[in-house]
Amino acid sequence: MQAFTRLDGRAAPLSLANIDTDQIIPKQFLKTVEREGLAKGLFYDFRFDGDGNEIADFVLNRPEYKGSSVLIAGDNFGCGSSREHAPWALMDFGILCVISTSFADIFNNNCFNNGLLPVVLKPEEVAQLMDEAKGGNHMVSVDLAAQTVVSPSGKSFHFDIDPVRKDKMLKGLDAIGETLQHATDIDLFESKRALDRPWLEA
Amino acid sequence: MTRAPKTLYDKIWDAHVVNEQDGEAILYIDLHLIHEVTTPQAFAGLRAAGRKVRRPDRTLAVADHNIPTEGQAKGVDAVADDEARLQLKTLARNVEDNGIEFFPMGDIRNGIVHVVGPEQGRTQPGMTIVCGDSHTSTHGAFGALAHGIGTSEVEHVLATQTLRQEKARNMLVRVDGQLGPGVTAKDVALAVIGEIGTAGGTGYVIEFAGPVVRDLSMEGRMTLCNLTIEGGAKAGLVAPDDKTFAYIQGKPSAPKGAAWDMALAYWKGFVSDEDAKFDRTVVIDGSALVPMVTWGTSPEDVIPVTGNVPDPESFATPDKRAAAHRALDYMGLKAGQPISEARIDRVFIGSCTNSRIEDMRAAAAVVQEAFLHGRLVAEHVKAMVVPGSGLVKEQAEAEGLDAIFKAAGFDWREPGCSMCLAMNPDKLAPQERCASTSNRNFEGRQGRAGRTHLVSPAMAAAAAIAGHLTDVRALFEETN
Repeated sequence: MQAFTRLDGRAAPLSLANIDTDQIIPKQFLKTVEREGLAKGLFYDFRFDGDGNEIADFVLNRPEYKGSSVLIAGDNFGCGSSREHAPWALMDFGILCVISTSFADIFNNNCFNNGLLPVVLKPEEVAQLMDEAKGGNHMVSVDLAAQTVVSPSGKSFHFDIDPVRKDKMLKGLDAIGETLQHATDIDLFESKRALDRPWLEA
Repeated sequence: MTRAPKTLYDKIWDAHVVNEQDGEAILYIDLHLIHEVTTPQAFAGLRAAGRKVRRPDRTLAVADHNIPTEGQAKGVDAVADDEARLQLKTLARNVEDNGIEFFPMGDIRNGIVHVVGPEQGRTQPGMTIVCGDSHTSTHGAFGALAHGIGTSEVEHVLATQTLRQEKARNMLVRVDGQLGPGVTAKDVALAVIGEIGTAGGTGYVIEFAGPVVRDLSMEGRMTLCNLTIEGGAKAGLVAPDDKTFAYIQGKPSAPKGAAWDMALAYWKGFVSDEDAKFDRTVVIDGSALVPMVTWGTSPEDVIPVTGNVPDPESFATPDKRAAAHRALDYMGLKAGQPISEARIDRVFIGSCTNSRIEDMRAAAAVVQEAFLHGRLVAEHVKAMVVPGSGLVKEQAEAEGLDAIFKAAGFDWREPGCSMCLAMNPDKLAPQERCASTSNRNFEGRQGRAGRTHLVSPAMAAAAAIAGHLTDVRALFEETN
C-alpha cells in the first residue's frame, strides 16, 4: 500500500450529498481484471455526455481544477457498492485525499487499504473549505501526522482519525503481511473451532 | 459472577476474535463467497506475493454479475462481451488453481451469490460471512454477521481467512404490529431507510426484531437484511428461530445426523440477551405501513405509493436540497405530482433483493389475477423476470409460474444479477423509466440516464399491468 504523509495540492469542490460508487465509477469499467488505468472511468457520467464529449462545467473538467489531488464532497461520500474500483479510479486520476462530513463504511475501508486518505471534518468546516475552493485560490494542505487540513486562506482544521489506521497509512504497511505475523493465533483459533464446530470441517 | 448482557452482534463478534489490539480485531471468517467482478485483482495480488488461499473449503465461487441472462448453456466462450468473458475465464482459472468449489454459469446451482449461499445451506447462524459485494448483508437473515468487503480485503481473507475489523455499535430496529395485505418485507426495508436515511446506519450493526420481523418468512428476512446496506449499516441481523432452522435443514451443505443436533444447540445461543443494551433503538409501526416506492436517486428518497413527489426545498441542508433538485431533474418528475402518475417503460423483477421463489410467486399471483381480469402487461411496457438461481428457475417452472409470466407478456430469463446493476446486456436506455425490485435507484445504475423506482415484486407486477406506478392493493379496482 502507498503511504500517505502530507499533501499540498489543488482542491476541487463537489457539493453533492450521497455520491455513490456507481457515480464514482460506473459498472462498465468494472469488467477489468487490472487495478490500473481506471482514471478514464472516474465520474464518467459527470465528466462526459452521452456522446462521450466532455461536459465543460463539471468541476474536474474546468481548467482551474485540472490536476486536483483533493476532493471536497457532500455527506455520505462513497455509499453503495463495495467496488474498490472507486478508490483505484480516484487515485489513478490523481486524487489522494477526499474531505467530507462522513463516508460510507466499505468505501472508507477501501481507501485506507490503498493509501487514499478520507478526512472527516465538521459540516461548517467542510462548508468553509467548499466556499474557499470555489474562489480563486484552491490550494490546501493536508498533514496526516499533525491531523490538520489548512484551507486556501490559511485556516487550520483538526481532524480525528483512528490511531491504528493513521499509523498504517503513514507507514504504508502491507495488511496481509501484518496479519500473517499472527499466523499462530489463527492456527490456534482454527483448532478450537474444529473441536467446537466440527460440522464446519466436513 | 454476573456477565454483561450481550447483543446478538456482540456474541458473534466475541466468538470470532482471533486477536485484538488497540481496538482493532483480527476476526475469523467462516464463509467467504466470491464472484467474477471483485476478485481478479485479489488473486493477482496473492500470486504476486507468492501466497496461497488458506481455506479453499470455506470459500465458494459463483459467476453472477456480468453473465448474460439468455443462452447460458452455450457456455462462457459464447459470451459476447470480451471483457466479461475474460473476467469469467479468469475466475474459472483462479478457482481451479486454488481448489475452490465453483458453480459456473449454466450449472443449475449457479445464480446470484446471495441467493446461492442460503439455498445451498452454506449460510448458517452464528457465522461470519463476507463477500466482495455490499449486499452480503442478506445473510444476516440467518443470524450470521455478514457484510461486503473491498478487493484488498478479499485478498486478505483469501490469504488469512480473517479480516481486520473495528467493532461497530448496536442498533435495534423493532417493527411492531402486523403488515397489511399487499405490504411486504421490501416495503418494511424501504420504510426503515426512509426513517433513518441512507447514512443513518453508518457505524452500526442493525438487529431487526419485533412481531413483524418474526412473522416474515426466511426469504422476507433476507430481503430486509439485504437492504440494510442501503441504510449505511455495516450489517443487518435477525435472530435465528425455528423458521431459520427449518429453512436450513436438508439443504446440501447443512449438517446432518448427530452434527445437526450439535449445530442446532450451538445456533440457539445466538440471540440477544433480554437486557442487552443497544446504542440506538428505532421503532416502526408495521401496521401503519403501505406499499412504498422511491421517487429519487437514493434509496432514502422513498414515499408511500399513495403519496406525492416531495418539494426539494423542503429538505434540511443545502447539499440535500441540491441532491433533491438534481434527482427530480434526473428522474423527470415534478414536485407535488402523485407518484402513481409516473408512466413506466420497463419492469425488472429480480436481483439479490427479490429473486427468490416467494418473490416469483408474489409477482405471478398479481399477474394471474390480472389475467383473470383480462389484462396483460401494458402494451408500451417491456417487462422481464430474472430468477435468482438455476434452482429458483427450476422450482418456478415446476409450479408453472414461468407460463403465467410468459402468457401475460413478460420475458422469462436465466439467472444472474442482470439489470440490477446492468453489467450485462440487460439495461435501460436513456430516460427509460423502470419499476424495479432491485436495491439501488442511483443515477445510471440500471443504464446511463435510466430512471429506477424501487418497489416490491407485487408492486412491480402491478406496474407492468397498469403501465404506470400503482398501488397493488387497488389494481383491480380500476378494472371492476
